[in-house]
Formats: sequence, C-alpha cells, structure tokens
Amino acid sequence: MSHLLEVKDLEVNFALWSGELTAIDGISFSLDRGERLGIVGESGAGKSVTGFAIINLISRPGYISGGKILFEDQELNRLPEDEMRAIRGNRISMIFQDPMMTLNPVLTIATQMTETVLAHEDVSKAEAMDIALEKLKKVHIPSPEKRLQQYPHECSGGMRQRIVIAIALLTNPGLIIADEPTTALDVTIQAEIMDLLLELCESEKMGLILITHDLGVVSQITEKIVVMYAGKIVESGSTTSVVQNPQHPYTQGLIKALPGIIPPGSRLNQIPGMMPNLTEIPRGCAFHPRCTISDTICSTDVPALISKEQQGRLVACHMIK
Amino acid sequence: MVRKKTTVKAVNAVSFKIMPQETLGVVGESGCGKSTLARAVLGLYPPNSGEIHYQDQRIDRLSPQQMLPFRKKMQMIFQDPYASLNPRMTVNKILAEPVYFHNKSISAQAAKDKVAEVMRQVGVDPAWAGRYPHEFSGGQRQRISIARALMVDPEFVVADEPVSALDVSIQAQILNLMMEAQEKRGLTYMFITHDLSVVKHISTRVAVMYLGTICELAPTQTLYEQPTHPYTRALLSAIPELGVQKPKHLKLKGEVPTPINLPSGCVFHGRCIYANERCTVEIPRLIEQDSGAYVACHGVEEKRI
Ligand SMILES: Nc1ncnc2c1ncn2[C@@H]1O[C@H](COP(=O)(O)OP(=O)(O)OP(=O)(O)O)[C@@H](O)[C@H]1O
Ligand code: SF4
Ligand SMILES: [Mg+2]
Repeated sequence: MSHLLEVKDLEVNFALWSGELTAIDGISFSLDRGERLGIVGESGAGKSVTGFAIINLISRPGYISGGKILFEDQELNRLPEDEMRAIRGNRISMIFQDPMMTLNPVLTIATQMTETVLAHEDVSKAEAMDIALEKLKKVHIPSPEKRLQQYPHECSGGMRQRIVIAIALLTNPGLIIADEPTTALDVTIQAEIMDLLLELCESEKMGLILITHDLGVVSQITEKIVVMYAGKIVESGSTTSVVQNPQHPYTQGLIKALPGIIPPGSRLNQIPGMMPNLTEIPRGCAFHPRCTISDTICSTDVPALISKEQQGRLVACHMIK
Repeated sequence: MVRKKTTVKAVNAVSFKIMPQETLGVVGESGCGKSTLARAVLGLYPPNSGEIHYQDQRIDRLSPQQMLPFRKKMQMIFQDPYASLNPRMTVNKILAEPVYFHNKSISAQAAKDKVAEVMRQVGVDPAWAGRYPHEFSGGQRQRISIARALMVDPEFVVADEPVSALDVSIQAQILNLMMEAQEKRGLTYMFITHDLSVVKHISTRVAVMYLGTICELAPTQTLYEQPTHPYTRALLSAIPELGVQKPKHLKLKGEVPTPINLPSGCVFHGRCIYANERCTVEIPRLIEQDSGAYVACHGVEEKRI
C-alpha cells in the first residue's frame, strides 16, 4: 500500500528583490497512516515552511520550486486551488502555536464548530451540534455543553488549543500538522496536550507531523524524526534511536547542549557559531563552519542524505560511516 | 565581606533571602507573578505590603535619589533582547549610557575602554561597537544586554527569562557566559524562568511560584530529588525527558484560575487532588521541613501527603 504522505525532493524558493533564496532545498520523507513524525531544528531551519508547503499554503514571494507532495495518492502541488481547499482543513488539518490563528474571536465555539461541520457534511443543524459536542468530549473538555456557548476569550490558552484540536477532528482528517502547538503553553498543560494528540492519533488512526524545536517534546510522542538544518534534512530515523544515538554532528550538538544530561553547574556543551542566514549558506555542507569533525571535502561537496552503518538511519555527513 | 540579603514578602507573607553569590532560581508557569516579584525585588514596583532589604538596608521606601547607589549594584537582564535594546542607538552608546549615568565625570576614552573590555568579556567583537542592535543575531543581542548589565559592575543581577527566546545551541552559550561572569565577578543572581531543566542546571536554591505565591523553596538538589508540594510534584513530572516515550506526568484537575480572581485559602486548591475543607479557607504558610525545604501546604503540614 502506498504511503499516506510522501514528500519528494521538495524545494521552496523565495523570490526576493535581491534574488532567489532557497528556503527548502530538496527534502524527502514519508508518513504512513496513523504514523507520528517529528520535525526538529533551530529557528529558521525551514520547519514551518515545510508544513505550509504540504498544504500548498506558501505565500508570495515564496513558491514551491521543485519536487512533489503525494497525499492519499493525489499530487497536492498540482491541484487547482479549489480542489486543494477541499483537502485543507478537511483531510489535512493544521494546528498552530497561536490558537487564535484558527479561532474567530467574535463567534461562539458552537457557531465555529457547527459551521465547519455544515460546510463539510450534509447534516442538520442539530446533528452538527451533536458532532461538535462529541468532538469536545474527545478532547476531554470539562462541561462541554457550557463551553459551546462561550467565546474563545473566555477560555485559557490550553483550553483554546484543545478546542482547536476538536475543530481539527470535525472532518476526520487523515493527517494533522501541528506547528509548535504547545510552545506558548506551560509545562503541565503542554504534557496534557501531548497526551491528547498521542491518544487521538492512536484512536482515530491519524497521521501526525509535529513541528517543534523541543527535542524532549518530540521524543515523547513521535515514532520517526527528521532533523533539519538550513533548509535540508541532516538526519532522520526512528525517534528513539536518533535521540539515543545521534550520528550527525549537528544532531549530536543539539542533544549535548541540553541542560540535564551533565552535572548541574558545569559548563554546557555549546555548538560554536550560529545557523547561517539563507543569503549566506556556506558551500559544501552548510554545517561545516560549526562542525568539529569536518575535513576539506566538507567545504566543497554537499553531503547526500544516505543510509549509513546505523540501520534504518539516513545521515547527510561526509565523515560518518 | 559584607553579608547582603534581599528580603521579599510574597503574597503568602513569608520572607525569603538571597545569599551572596548564590543563584536563586524562580520557576512557575506564565503569569504566576515571577516578573512582578523580580521588579519588586529591584525596587521598580513598590510592594503593597512588606519590606525589601538590601545588605541590611530597607530599600522599598526610598526616593529615586536615595535609590541611585542601589540601582548601580542591582541590574536586570530581560527575556527579549529585541525589545530591551534601543534600536536607534549603537551598541557603543547602549553600553556607555549606564556608565555615564552612574559616573558623570568619566572621560570619553575611559568609557570607550570599558565598553571594549566588557564586549570582549561577553564574546562580542569590540570592533562592532558602532553597529545597531538589528545587525546582530538573537544570541548576540542577548550577549549585549548582559554586557549592559555588567557595565556598572553590579553585585546582584536579576535575569528574567534570559534564554527563553533562544535556540538550544545559543542557550548553552549564554548560560555558560552567565556562569562564567558569576565566577569571575562574584555575582549574585535571581534567575527567573519557566524552564525546569535550565533552573536545575544553574541554581543553588529554587523557589516554585503559583499564582503570586511561593509554594516551595528548597536547595536545588532537594527540590528535584524529593519535591514535596503537590504543585512542585506535578510540575517536575511534566518535564519532557529525552527518549521517554509515554509521558507519565501527574495530572492536575480543573483549570488555571486567573490572577485577578484569586481563589480563597490555598491558591492551588482547585487543581489539587489532596485539597480538603481547610485548604479552601486558610492560606498555608511556608513551613520548614526536615529536608530543609520550605513548603506551603496544609496536606504536607498535616502529614497527609
Ligand atoms: N515570506 C518570507 N520571505 C522571505 N523569507 C522567508 C519568508 N518566510 C520564511 N522565510 C525564510 O525561510 C526560512 C525558513 O523559515 P521557517 O519559518 O520555516 O523556519 P522554522 O524552522 O519554522 O523556524 P522557527 O523555529 O523560528 O519557527 C527562514 O530563513 C526564513 O527567513
Ligand atoms: S559533512 Fe563535514 S562539515 Fe558537514 S557535518 Fe559532516 S563532517 Fe561536519
Ligand atoms: Mg516555525
């Protein structure tokens, strides 16, 4: 059977007055039904652009300049906008860091939810309300009947994010893309939302793409992981194995820099320098100016993302066997 | 050596001290009053009640003029290096300003030398002193705000979420820089953050806040090895750990109340699974435990927890 989602050699450019910038430079990955994938990397690595590209929502001056996105056997990047709109918010739902990107502040929860149901299904208003209620229960919102009558501002941040997830569930999507869904929330609430996403993926057989810079969060609920650096995937594999035994020097650096794995008070392991701007991506391996094991080939040749000795793992590094 | 201490009466009317050269970490979820506490400690907000002492001198009732010598000793670093640096000033000007403010007679050359010296200490090339904040990366900007705090040779630095806006690799650079500056200059820190692994790494003692009150205050190791307050326990169990698949965090009930509508009794009672009648009416006091921790919880006091 084919994958739920397959991203092949995806490339996203930004056409700026100063010239063309490549934000996503030929990335490939796939996701099966019910599978959970994490995309991690530092700010500007291209995580969000990847998410938007999948639902064909890159806004100008950005555009998909190469590659394919196959979802449920349809090539999304070739669909006309009206067909794409039927998939977006229906078969694929997106959850953002700020729930207010999805919620309308002047409508009650009930209105927003039933409108979505009515737009997608041929049911009566009363039936739509029942569906809304059922989904609020699914995301464990206490006294859901009361919530339905409220406006978004009457809810806490964590509750709003639960409502957004309930709205995403209304259309029984095959895939949810969550871009930093808990970054603005407190740890205890974050843990609850992650629990919820995990539970829903399992019970509804939904695929999940979780975009975050937080390796701890990703390692809690995803099965596969993709590590991005400067618009490219530098390492991918099963989450547990990548986190426990990272191969790429950048992944290693990210994990070693976390407080909590070395004795308190001691110096943290830092990656020297910082991620380059898109305008000045170094030749060869983009990571080479910050890399401690680089050789001359690293500043001339781009390393391919290929399988190495470590099973089931793809690594883009000249020096890893 | 002078023994300096700062005393804050928090909402639950219990004082705490910050000892010389220690790092007091303050953790708690957003909006719990961490930043208010920080500003009160620095005398930027007058407390409604209670007193603040710095090196045995009461500072919460001082006029701006009387406060001046204390301002020089106490500095602050903010979360957002974008907002806290004036975009229209060069780095040189940003850094020299506090020096002139506290030493009107300093020569231009001496001020310039001092700027270069501190820039070098925080790892920003002094040759860039003529540039504007927007020409620097987030991490470099945070280095510059740290430099600004260090310009007047403070004794006590309050850092409010100084690494929260930064990526992991840059976060490590800034935390290392702060730990180095502390060792070299004998600084005392009050370090406010919501990141429990950061606070564990750099603090001597940790205060856990919930809705404007301190629920637990303990030496770092004690707190992480045997958290006592039900809120501290829930918080610590929610830290995402690398490579741990299924989260096994302690669940809280109810919803976070707003600080405007504070619950009666223990502010945590609505979310606490151990709450009883007394918790809904009586405010718990911070009580010292055998472990050395101070805990504000009736359940702990009654040995029910
Ligand atoms: N409208 C735009 N015009 C020009 N460049 C853009 C635009 N949108 C995004 N980019 C660039 O694309 C790159 C990838 O951005 P993206 O938002 O995907 O990063 P990210 O990995 O999601 O980072 P973060 O962790 O900060 O959210 C960045 O270098 C960014 O500057
Ligand atoms: S390819 Fe070279 S520079 Fe890039 S990560 Fe590997 S060793 Fe380092
Ligand atoms: Mg993003």
